[in-house]
Amino acid sequence: MRVLKLGLVQGVFGGILGWLFGFALVIGSRLLLGLPAQWNPNLTGLAAYEPAVVVAGIFFVVGFMIGVGAVSDWLKWARGIDTPFNHGARIPGTSELARYFNVDYSHKVIGIQYAITGVLLLGVGGTLAMIFRLQLAQPELNFVPPDVFNTMISAHGMIMIGGILLGVGGMSNYLVPLMIGANDMAFPRLNAFAYWINVPGALLLCVAMVIGGWNTGWTGYPPLSAQAPLGVQYFFLGVFFIGLSSILGSLNIIVTTMTMRSPGMSLFRMPVFVWSAFATAIIQLTATQFIGLSFLMVLVQRILGMGFFDPGGPVWSEVDKWAGGGNPILFQHMFWFYSHPAVYLFVLPGLGIISELLPVFARKPLFGYKWIAMSSMAIALVGFLVWAHHMFVSGMSNYLRVPFMMSTLLVAVPTGVKFFSWLGTLWGGRIEFKTPMLFALGAISVFLIGGLTGPPLGTVATDLNLTDTYYVVGHFHATMFGGFIFPFLAALYYWFPKATGRMYNERLGQLHFWLMTPAFWVMSLGQIFVGMHGMRRRIATYEVGLDIGTAQMMVTIAGFVIFISVLIMMFNLFVLARRGQRAGANPWRSRGLEWQVPSPMPEMTYPATPVVVGEPYDYGKPGSIYVQFAPAAPALHTGASITGGD
Amino acid sequence: MDQGTHRRSYRRHFIIVSILVAIVAVISIVGLWAVPEFPSASTQAITVNWLFDLHLAVIGFLFALVMVFMLYILFVFRRRAGEEGDGDHFEGNTKLEIIWTVIPLIVVLSFGVIGAVTLRDVTAAQENEMTVNVTAFSFGWQFDYPEQGVEKATTLKLPVGRPVHFKLKSLDQDVIHSFYVAEFRVKQDLVPGVPTELRVTPNVEGAYRVRCNELCGTGHTNMLADVTVVSQADFDAWVAEQKAAVSPERLAAMGQELHASQGCIACHNVTGEPGGVGPTWKGLYGSERQFADGTSGVADEEYLRTSILASQERLVAGYAAVMPQNYADVLSDQQVAALIEYIKTLK
Repeated sequence: MRVLKLGLVQGVFGGILGWLFGFALVIGSRLLLGLPAQWNPNLTGLAAYEPAVVVAGIFFVVGFMIGVGAVSDWLKWARGIDTPFNHGARIPGTSELARYFNVDYSHKVIGIQYAITGVLLLGVGGTLAMIFRLQLAQPELNFVPPDVFNTMISAHGMIMIGGILLGVGGMSNYLVPLMIGANDMAFPRLNAFAYWINVPGALLLCVAMVIGGWNTGWTGYPPLSAQAPLGVQYFFLGVFFIGLSSILGSLNIIVTTMTMRSPGMSLFRMPVFVWSAFATAIIQLTATQFIGLSFLMVLVQRILGMGFFDPGGPVWSEVDKWAGGGNPILFQHMFWFYSHPAVYLFVLPGLGIISELLPVFARKPLFGYKWIAMSSMAIALVGFLVWAHHMFVSGMSNYLRVPFMMSTLLVAVPTGVKFFSWLGTLWGGRIEFKTPMLFALGAISVFLIGGLTGPPLGTVATDLNLTDTYYVVGHFHATMFGGFIFPFLAALYYWFPKATGRMYNERLGQLHFWLMTPAFWVMSLGQIFVGMHGMRRRIATYEVGLDIGTAQMMVTIAGFVIFISVLIMMFNLFVLARRGQRAGANPWRSRGLEWQVPSPMPEMTYPATPVVVGEPYDYGKPGSIYVQFAPAAPALHTGASITGGD
Repeated sequence: MDQGTHRRSYRRHFIIVSILVAIVAVISIVGLWAVPEFPSASTQAITVNWLFDLHLAVIGFLFALVMVFMLYILFVFRRRAGEEGDGDHFEGNTKLEIIWTVIPLIVVLSFGVIGAVTLRDVTAAQENEMTVNVTAFSFGWQFDYPEQGVEKATTLKLPVGRPVHFKLKSLDQDVIHSFYVAEFRVKQDLVPGVPTELRVTPNVEGAYRVRCNELCGTGHTNMLADVTVVSQADFDAWVAEQKAAVSPERLAAMGQELHASQGCIACHNVTGEPGGVGPTWKGLYGSERQFADGTSGVADEEYLRTSILASQERLVAGYAAVMPQNYADVLSDQQVAALIEYIKTLK
């Protein structure tokens, strides 16, 4: 039974044991105190034992992490046992494939674990969207009941966000060490821990759907979330642990970027993706606490009666009789203090991928490298100062609206710098339209929709009309697809030959692009249109009288085309490419470090130290070299200073 | 190609693409403006629509700028069959970067100023405002017209042209809702424990709908209320009808609430105990009253109305003239009627 030995399986087993332990702990304590086992006798099923279920959920995660082996080395250290760090399979005799189901310290394995888990979550979230988009295809359809509908849209939102976070983690964990010439991350064990804690987190999110669901949307605003069905508690816990992964993972990225760059790689000689991963990590490290904390506060408000967000008033439940004195709007400030910068952390790595790919396929230097790098930092910085633009109609102090409008509009400036610099990069190139490049270009066009529909939400007067309508849904999906999904797909196609040594099928790749991009345009413009014609966000159906049935039908059809096109990609990458052409070390003729070693890469990516001696994007300049490998580089010691900047 | 030829062909391309951008920009701005607009029905909507149209102009231009530029470049600088070499080598242009940082900066700052001015316009208090209290609960709406004395209406009736000041609240222990009439173009959340407000001046007669715009649970989708904007005369007729429709029992109940909420209780008890600042209400209706001026009369409805609105005209013997004389302003006709009806029940 080799399957039973896999870390994942043992993790699930440990998780179940942990769950039972946590549940018994609370019930046992209650019985010892002479309290009835049921916390709320008015409810039935698990909901009657809510505190026990919550504690059980926490122990589920603990049990999973112990079971999967993510803390084994640290526990050994605690007992004074040395654990030599070794690359390669940590459990001798296991197959290469099994490494992906076990705790593994190689950043390349972890990066792929992140990416695949991310794709899985995006698949779950996308499938949910397909179901509720069917209901919205025509007015006054009711086959999905309202409570199920609310659970589905809430789960769609947060599972997609989880998927995006994992996708971001996949790109930065896989690419940052490769791009800076390091053989691994600064803290490989922490890296593995940060990945694995996503798995129980994501499982909790999925379980939340079947233990009562929740009806709050992904934003989870109290008082609604304080009164929502039991599922909301696992939604909170799931987000909390996925957030913990963000914090630990970003710490690793920052330290790795700062300390492990190859000799000669000054900050301004880093590939520009590393800049965006760095900016992203800063946001993740400093903002994620706020969503975790805000959700945790609602969680304890529910089971411990601490009225953080409860304005008080007549008592409605036994637990709530101590509550009151809180403010529901406080939650929104805390929530958006993370969740707005979060949007930038979703898109910055994607924008970095676009900047990374354009020079390779245009065979030209990146136009305005420093401006693009600094615009990422500027977006990350300004992104911290705009959160309340989500709250223009929330009832917060009215005078806050103008400063937050100003700071919000400012985001357009560094974003504009990126767009114009991309055009400058393409100008005068020899542009080759391979699938990754097509997706990078498609990303620009889609992100443009997202960007241009932003300012009307930024100026308060128009926001009073548009906020919480389907216009926002259109704006947000264009931003996420242009800023993350399209670049992520570009990255999958681009680094696929590097990771596997095989080429995907170019024709199917092109088909994927030509199905997905026009479909996305239709979907996005349709969402924006219906939003301006009375379609609210998060409603289970709409009135015939609004006369938006045709546009809604087109949105749904376009959504399905996107879904099918992604299935084509899955077929291409996971089935066809097994027998694909051998890729060779550098199929794209890239200057990047990782393309100078064989595909697939050896366990130790860089057995010889890479030494950076030039600019990363010097395409079209004869004789310009970016990197040399130490033993075979006699010119190294006679050339320009290798430690200085540019 | 040498450097000089490059420069010349770049200039040619730049001129062509600029012309194309200009043409497409005009087409897309006109096209965006031509998209059918959702009907609007308030003076605030005029400002909101104006600002949105301004946005559309900028959107149309920037769309053309980026898309036309990009597609033109992709066509002109595409790799042709058999071509091997790299593109031209240039790494950037600081002057250009500064230009496309500073110009957008000026544009967004201008939009910030315009945004602040339009915000002031759509939220400004107006003269002659009519107050409507809106109460949201899961999952419905309630509208109170304190000036007209109409309470707990389930549909929203508004006179055309009259500025309305909505005072919004969500019931205690309820959840957040949002008040949105798409034709009015403005919305505001209703938060338990946090009173909010919204100003709308309806300017087109018609039938619209309030739709809850903040996810509030199972019934969110159907949390609707009808809105009708009518002429002042029709509105007055509706008010009269609303008041006529209230049953005496309902009125009496309202009166009981007012007795407490308006502070009547401080001086007028309903238990018949002696020694109050003002006469007790128990057994008041129909009784003989001795007035301070030496006359007497029966406490009928007419007497009660006078006593509430102008008590000193018929001051009862033995009591000081301390009752406020402003109840004609504070209480609606319906509320006065409610108090009378309540007093009638206190036998």
